[in-house]
Amino acid sequence: MSEKTIVITRFDPDRDEKPRKQEYTVPCEPNWKVLDAVNFIKDEIDATVSHRWSCRMAVCGSCGMMVNGQPKLTCKTSLDDYGDHIEIEPLANFPIVRDLVVDLDGFMDKFEAVKPWIIRAKEQAADVEDLNGKGTYSQTTEQLSAFKQFSMCINCMLCYSACPVVANEPEFLGPAAIALGHRYNMDSRDEGKEERNEIFRGEGTVFSCSYANECSEVCPKNVDPAAAVNQAKFEAVIDWAKGLVLPRGGA
Amino acid sequence: MDVSRHDIVIVGGGGAGLRAAIAAAEADPSASIALVSKVYPMRSHTVSAEGGAAAVARDDDSLELHGYDTVKGSDFLGDQDAIQFFVEEAPKELALLENWGCPFSRNEDGTVATRAFGGMTTKRTWYAADKIGFHMLHTLFQHSMRFENIVRYDEFFVSKLLVEDGACRGVAALDIRTGEYSAILGRAVILTTGGGGKIFPFTTNGTIKTGDGMALAYRAGVPLKDMEFVQYHPTGLPGTGILITEATRGEGGYLRNSEGERFLVDYDYGVGTKAELGPRDMISRAIVQEIEAGRGLSGPYGEYVHLDLTHLGEEKINSRLPFVRELAKTYVGVDPVTAPIPIRPVVHYMMGGVDTDMFGATSLPGLYAAGEVACVSINGANRLGSNSLTDCLVFGAAAARKAMDFAKGISEGNEAALRTQVEDEAGRVENLRGRQKGGEKISEIRRELNQVMEDSCGVYREQTSMQAGVIATAQLRGRVADLRLEDRSKVFNTELITALELANMVEVAETLAVSAAHRKESRGAHTCKDFTTRNDQDFLYHTMTYHDPAGPRLGKKDVVLGRWVPEERKY
Repeated sequence: MSEKTIVITRFDPDRDEKPRKQEYTVPCEPNWKVLDAVNFIKDEIDATVSHRWSCRMAVCGSCGMMVNGQPKLTCKTSLDDYGDHIEIEPLANFPIVRDLVVDLDGFMDKFEAVKPWIIRAKEQAADVEDLNGKGTYSQTTEQLSAFKQFSMCINCMLCYSACPVVANEPEFLGPAAIALGHRYNMDSRDEGKEERNEIFRGEGTVFSCSYANECSEVCPKNVDPAAAVNQAKFEAVIDWAKGLVLPRGGA
Repeated sequence: MDVSRHDIVIVGGGGAGLRAAIAAAEADPSASIALVSKVYPMRSHTVSAEGGAAAVARDDDSLELHGYDTVKGSDFLGDQDAIQFFVEEAPKELALLENWGCPFSRNEDGTVATRAFGGMTTKRTWYAADKIGFHMLHTLFQHSMRFENIVRYDEFFVSKLLVEDGACRGVAALDIRTGEYSAILGRAVILTTGGGGKIFPFTTNGTIKTGDGMALAYRAGVPLKDMEFVQYHPTGLPGTGILITEATRGEGGYLRNSEGERFLVDYDYGVGTKAELGPRDMISRAIVQEIEAGRGLSGPYGEYVHLDLTHLGEEKINSRLPFVRELAKTYVGVDPVTAPIPIRPVVHYMMGGVDTDMFGATSLPGLYAAGEVACVSINGANRLGSNSLTDCLVFGAAAARKAMDFAKGISEGNEAALRTQVEDEAGRVENLRGRQKGGEKISEIRRELNQVMEDSCGVYREQTSMQAGVIATAQLRGRVADLRLEDRSKVFNTELITALELANMVEVAETLAVSAAHRKESRGAHTCKDFTTRNDQDFLYHTMTYHDPAGPRLGKKDVVLGRWVPEERKY
């Protein structure tokens, strides 16, 4: 066990004009993650600290926070990686609701804007019956691997905290949403690429990206959203160029 | 106070809730579907499921075999009409999930791949590497977004069902962000809130799994069924309880004791040639017995055995079990490519829950339940791995269709009376917020509850400890009414939510302890040291617990038998 000083950003909109810092001394067990220290504070020292968490196994995406200035999934981040003084803040580039809790409204709107579902030209049920007696689409392992990586995003939003474009341009569609749209574009079962590419060619989307690559650096799931943005950019241009030569996107 | 009106109100945004919302939205595009959850849907605990979802897919398989495996796995306590319906619907539901974009792993010919799982005769578990729950949840959530008639209430905590004129007509919900109450009214309500593993100290469950829906229904007079049956998953990481999927064994992993022996092969634990692919209840007991026989290993978080994947090779582990590798490295510092993973049995799933018929209907008109919160029951005394995700889909959809039919034929109810109920509930919770005059704080009571449940209702149970559990949980119910809270803020007051959750946990725990103490036999996951065999003569029935101010009142319900006659359960 070792004692660490944990500094937490506190903010209650009913009382505070702006966020303030509060220090706690926490007896940390070996192998603890950053989240364990925050939970200890909540349970044993100060029950008024508010934060989100659930699965504590790096898959529900709830517990993203800034740890010493870097966006981290706190259930996956070892306390041992830090010294005896750790600053924990709410995720950057999001409005604060309270303490370590940020507002997801804008993120959810962006998420939905890329139409993250399978789009088919025909009604799905009839379509699938045509394809295969078992009611499922055929998809090869190669076709699966074309999008699989981009389907691994847990929506933890660390990439939005790291993205320099989001910081300056809060309306920017952002890494996770673009990666998600691209994920469906690359899925062999999907026929909605044209619709999404039109979205991608709009203002504040793929062409706003400045290639900083910060999103992929902080991603706890190796989704590599920067690669998705780059690929999406390329596809959107190709699609547009085809449209110049052939009517209806070259279909 | 906000009052909103919908046709259907769904409480819980995980696998069952999202599937129900989609089914309802498809059934009537003009209907308004409310989806209310205390977390954003993608945070729901469905996300943590790893191994796969079961449905017949191969030519060497049949619905009959899936049915028989499930009945046998349930130790003959599953209802055979519901199981028949379940296995028939399963392939259709998983095909839909595929159509909606779930990235299932594939065979070389492009068809969906299936893997072996415990207690299943052949390969019928559809998988997406080792993250099926994550992919299923995200696929359903993303697909649900295309329906404009699904109205989400994210981060709203439902603390009361509104019952008026004999029917459930909506919910009282606390908007966590503002601290204000809303009346979310509907002609029918579907509970899809999942289980309550957090009443135990060592569980795979996320912190949100506090039995909320079970407690809501129970307080509204709906019985809970078969609450004594708690599934211990054989392979959780010591310390955290993080799930290591059964797919590790489905892919060929071994369990080994401190001598390096494959004890499921070298000793007789009733699993026969299935060995590591025996059902969860039997394997969890085998591990406990190995440890008690002195063949366990010892670490900072107690005794454990080894899950050995080293012979599978790096390539297979990376392609089939990448998440397991990530979890083992991150949380116990072990790379399963080169070293065995320490594991021990861990509370995973509640077979019991809100009593429903095979289409999700409860005894309260207008109230439905599906997924882990419900007890249909297809799982009986022991659920087979990979049946639960399919269960969420099959019964989520079925409950939604029935609820939509019901909603068409019933009035909206008396809005003024419903409003009053919500105002009363808001007043009750307002008194609780920052209530500094109370006796004990949340973490103290939760710790004690956890200890009581582990001592009384573990893998092996005894009459004396179960009776002690009954008394202790009743006392805790009294003490939880006198909590001391510190946080007086309205905005995102997680202490207040935790207090409401703790009251739910204690209520659920008490029904569990009472049900367990009454069942004087060993069946499935309920293993009594005092009554070591199954007793069909006296206990082939579902245990019912009814809410009563004095404590849970017991009842019985017949098991629906059928073509499969109870026989000795041996593999």
